[in-house]
Amino acid sequence: MFSADQSCWFVRKVICWRAVASMAWSVLLLLPTTALFVVLSRFSLFHPILWISECLSLLTSTSAIFSFILLCGVVLLVGFFNLEYCTVVPSIACSKIALLGQVLHPRQFVHSLVHCIMGVVVAWCCAFTIGGRYRSLGHPCTQDESSSGPEMCLNEYHLVLLLVGAFIGYSHSLVGVVYNMNYVSFHTMQQYKYLRFKGALPLVVKASAVQALYCLRNFLLLYFFMGYAPRAWICRTLDLNINSSIHSLDSVSSLLDLSLLYHLWISGTFLLLTWYITVLLFRIFVTEVYSFPVQSTFTEESHQCLPKVITGMQPMILKFLALQDLALLSQHSPSRRLEVFSLSQPGGHPHIWTALSKECLSLLSDLTERLVAHHDTVATNGRAKSQSTGSNKRSTTSSESSVGMDDMKTPRPSALIRTPGSVFLRSSGLRTPLTTPFTPDQDSPFSSPALRRLTGPLEPQGPLSPGFSSIQSPHVMRRGPKLWSASTDSQLNGSPSPGPATSLSQAQLKPSFLVTFLQNRKDQVKQFLAKRVLIMYLFNKLPEASSQALFADSQVHIWALQGLSHLVAASFSEDQYGIVQTTLPTILSTMLVLQEAVDRHFKLPHTSSKPGHCSCGMGDDSYKTLRFALRSTLKTAVYRITATFGGHLHAVQMSAEHRKRLQHFLEYKE
Amino acid sequence: MMCSLALFPPPLSGDGETSQYDESSTDPSVWFGDSPALNLYFPRESLKPHSRPESSSKSAFRDHCETLYTRSAGAWRDAGLSGLLNEIANSSAEVPKWLGVSSSCVLALLRWVSSFHSSLFPHLTLSSEEMTAEFSQVLDWSDCAVRSFAWHPHTQKCAVALSDDSIKIYNPKSATTPTLKHRLQRSVAALQWKPLCASALAVACHNCLLVWHVDPTSLSTRPSSGCAQVLSHPGHSPVTSVAWSPNGPLLVSASPRDTAMLVWDVAVESCVPLHRVGGGGVTHLSWSPDGSRVLAATPSSLFRVWETRMWTCERWPSLKGRCQTGCWSPDGSRLLFSVQGETVIYALTFTDNPGVPLMMSGGPKAATVVADLSETTLNTPGGDITVGGEIQSLAWDPRGERLAALVKGDAGAGRPAMIAVFKTQISPAFKLLPCGFVQGEAGTEPRLMQFNPNYQHGAQLTVCWSNGKITHVPFCFMSAGNPQPGLGGSPSLPLSQGRPANYNNQTLYTELIS
Repeated sequence: MFSADQSCWFVRKVICWRAVASMAWSVLLLLPTTALFVVLSRFSLFHPILWISECLSLLTSTSAIFSFILLCGVVLLVGFFNLEYCTVVPSIACSKIALLGQVLHPRQFVHSLVHCIMGVVVAWCCAFTIGGRYRSLGHPCTQDESSSGPEMCLNEYHLVLLLVGAFIGYSHSLVGVVYNMNYVSFHTMQQYKYLRFKGALPLVVKASAVQALYCLRNFLLLYFFMGYAPRAWICRTLDLNINSSIHSLDSVSSLLDLSLLYHLWISGTFLLLTWYITVLLFRIFVTEVYSFPVQSTFTEESHQCLPKVITGMQPMILKFLALQDLALLSQHSPSRRLEVFSLSQPGGHPHIWTALSKECLSLLSDLTERLVAHHDTVATNGRAKSQSTGSNKRSTTSSESSVGMDDMKTPRPSALIRTPGSVFLRSSGLRTPLTTPFTPDQDSPFSSPALRRLTGPLEPQGPLSPGFSSIQSPHVMRRGPKLWSASTDSQLNGSPSPGPATSLSQAQLKPSFLVTFLQNRKDQVKQFLAKRVLIMYLFNKLPEASSQALFADSQVHIWALQGLSHLVAASFSEDQYGIVQTTLPTILSTMLVLQEAVDRHFKLPHTSSKPGHCSCGMGDDSYKTLRFALRSTLKTAVYRITATFGGHLHAVQMSAEHRKRLQHFLEYKE
Repeated sequence: MMCSLALFPPPLSGDGETSQYDESSTDPSVWFGDSPALNLYFPRESLKPHSRPESSSKSAFRDHCETLYTRSAGAWRDAGLSGLLNEIANSSAEVPKWLGVSSSCVLALLRWVSSFHSSLFPHLTLSSEEMTAEFSQVLDWSDCAVRSFAWHPHTQKCAVALSDDSIKIYNPKSATTPTLKHRLQRSVAALQWKPLCASALAVACHNCLLVWHVDPTSLSTRPSSGCAQVLSHPGHSPVTSVAWSPNGPLLVSASPRDTAMLVWDVAVESCVPLHRVGGGGVTHLSWSPDGSRVLAATPSSLFRVWETRMWTCERWPSLKGRCQTGCWSPDGSRLLFSVQGETVIYALTFTDNPGVPLMMSGGPKAATVVADLSETTLNTPGGDITVGGEIQSLAWDPRGERLAALVKGDAGAGRPAMIAVFKTQISPAFKLLPCGFVQGEAGTEPRLMQFNPNYQHGAQLTVCWSNGKITHVPFCFMSAGNPQPGLGGSPSLPLSQGRPANYNNQTLYTELIS
């Protein structure tokens, strides 16, 4: 995936170094964390001197250094997994079954397995550090009088600790999927890395302690009921005996041993803390602002300049950082703004401004299209009567929205933003390669209004039931359970959301007899399945998920809006050649059309109008609120332009409807 | 020499509303164009007294015996750990003896520690109401009918917070005056409209921040509480100051009990606490009009100036008292502030580029005294008048031509509170010239003032008086350095044309006076 030279330099020169730096810091921070763990795990109130001297001797022993090296290896591996799995666009599961699919995906399975093993390793180090009864898996015991000599018995305390490690490792991986822990969000506020880390550290400590507590509770429940299985298995494989003179640990009385609980909890906290710190540092390092040169004097560096980088597709992080840089330069640095407004030396063309504005506008109009398509789907969903009006409305809106945007469309093979499943560095395994070839074909009929009108009449007379997904936009579909588009059984059982490819290609074909027959079958199967509660539970859409998925990558749009509006506002006094004025009508109409689409989206019944609150530890849930940020940024962006230009905007050419809308903004009535 | 009150023209002895040095004090209503003037009057009697003390509602209900568990849970919810301990210690009859004794011990320990803490920071012993009154920009906040006032930055619209915890929004162009009430909207300390937005109004309340979204086209006079976003953060109460970033979505809020200043992303309701050691809290915030810096005053003799690009701060520790108020010049290059216990106005000049961290740039090394407002006796035809005193609040008009200082009076010494107005000039050199005093009707004191940012003909100072009246005092002048009239209200417009390229620190004040 890195084969393209232009994106390669960034991953090689910047991202990798940032990842390495974050790993180095997490290894350095492992030292105080481990020391703290040693001190806390051996805590004894009544023998303070003994406690401290034991800690000191342990910390300086060679065996401690060995386990420390093991821990370092674990941390490095976690860091590597972060680099590999983290994404700037969250993958949002639209239904329970999609979530299940994500959890059971082979790629995720590898993640879980490795984290499980790493959990065991960390727990072994913890057991070694705590010492005492946890030190080793076997201990000599005399089983009964008949056997001669001491035998090896299973030390259940050690086993429980290892199992806790494995359990927490697995649940870390699982929770990571459910709460999108792999999602890397960008902050509105810029802060230095150290200060950001310092601010986040208390939260991380708290999150790891609380999470360890929950994990421990779940583990103890599990062990209480199923504890005999791993115990028997370990005994059989390692040829250990079970000491019958000691009670086994899966009883209420022995599990309520406070010292055991404390040690398990603190080990779990230590494990999660080291991993969370690694994740935190990775996030902080990788989202740091990167300042791209606006123009370069050397041609060999020209591919590293902002106008080139911003139009690039892969890797995703590069595009994000480029847009972030654009938003910041438009706000804060007059000198770089001047470069944007400058003309090319031979020829006198505003290449930089053209490239930047074109990219931003195409991002915005892309979002508009997506929103319009989604709105149409929802509006026509399940209501046969409104079908015709809906399609009418759609054609008007789409043709209207295409006014002034067609010329801004960059001729590029496939919009990267349209495939929001693509991950941070490379396209993920979650997006199976099957979907990729279909993507451009999917979008093409919908992106051009003419073709859409062609496909339009087919929809009502299509043999599918109204709720079926042929009338769902490919955008929504693709952002939904992506796994499905590849899985074959989805086409067999006719689940409510099969791959868009199948349904659409069928709709485009002439409805032959075979197809109708198959569709009827499908309908029957679907109706049958719809009556089963479990199936409905799994297949029902999660509330708000589709809305969240629509705006999953909206951070890009927010920056585009900020960058554009600040540049336009600055151009009022800084643009010497008037190059911004030529694009001003397009910018305004794009923003107003988007504003209309966003307003309509927020009026849909299933979208809440206020951001909800979620307090889940390390999982970053800021993707859930991106649409609110986008809405407010959009309004502010239009206001910024109208406040700067004021009455001059009356001289700008635009349609009557947009002028009316703009007048509302000029009078502060929006 | 600096500008002092002795140079001021004496105020008229009569009960004229204003006494201007050289400016016409015409009827303010004409300056609102064809719309009715916003001369508002809130007599204190018309406002229902603040009626929500829990004790009064408690007496209406019969005493009901709850179990210890319920009471403890309630105490934990209401007052945290100390409340819980207090509850347990008080109900010693129902709890085991060891629990009662140990909770009393822990409670005593907690009190001892907190007394130690509050001996460091005496303001922590105040109740929330007292704290708001102490650190508010309003003179005598608790007694004032108008608790806070805010002009919309772009359009003729204002919000008035009243002592009955309601907020009224006046718009001369519309007949409806929405009244905002919310369960959590208690003891409003500050209001501010969001820039580059028509509808959002931030309200600093007793224990939270409210952001109202008042649809300007709506005809409703009582917007529901669903229109308000509630932003709260544990430990962040009472909120005494809020400030919106002039060109962005960020909102900062301050509480004297919280050492952290919160930076809110209001759209997504998330906040980033900015902790710094020292100060014991944050009392007053002021965002510079160009958006590059924020002044954060603390209850102790320390204030900070934050730079908003990377959010680093500069400490200004060695003050005589706490920083009471501060205001920025329109280009964000100059900060004027006053200190409790002193009667002078200090100035700080920031000549660096915004965006460069303060530590690395040549920020100001020392504050300069630019005006002295100490007690002075002026001769008027009607007899001598004593004016001067500590400064309660400062306001600078958006064009940088007039500076108003609300001077605390002393009723016992026959020294009324007054507003002293200075003429200012920022470029090419900073000048501060005496202009005049603003007086109210006989027996009234100014409590609160703000410049109207949308006044086309000069500057207009809105003053809230102690009798509940709100009046607007116009200052008409030909603006010297404002080539683009009509755009003065736009905060995003870089006002760099008024800023000298290389500025000398020596000419902080003018030599022209006498």
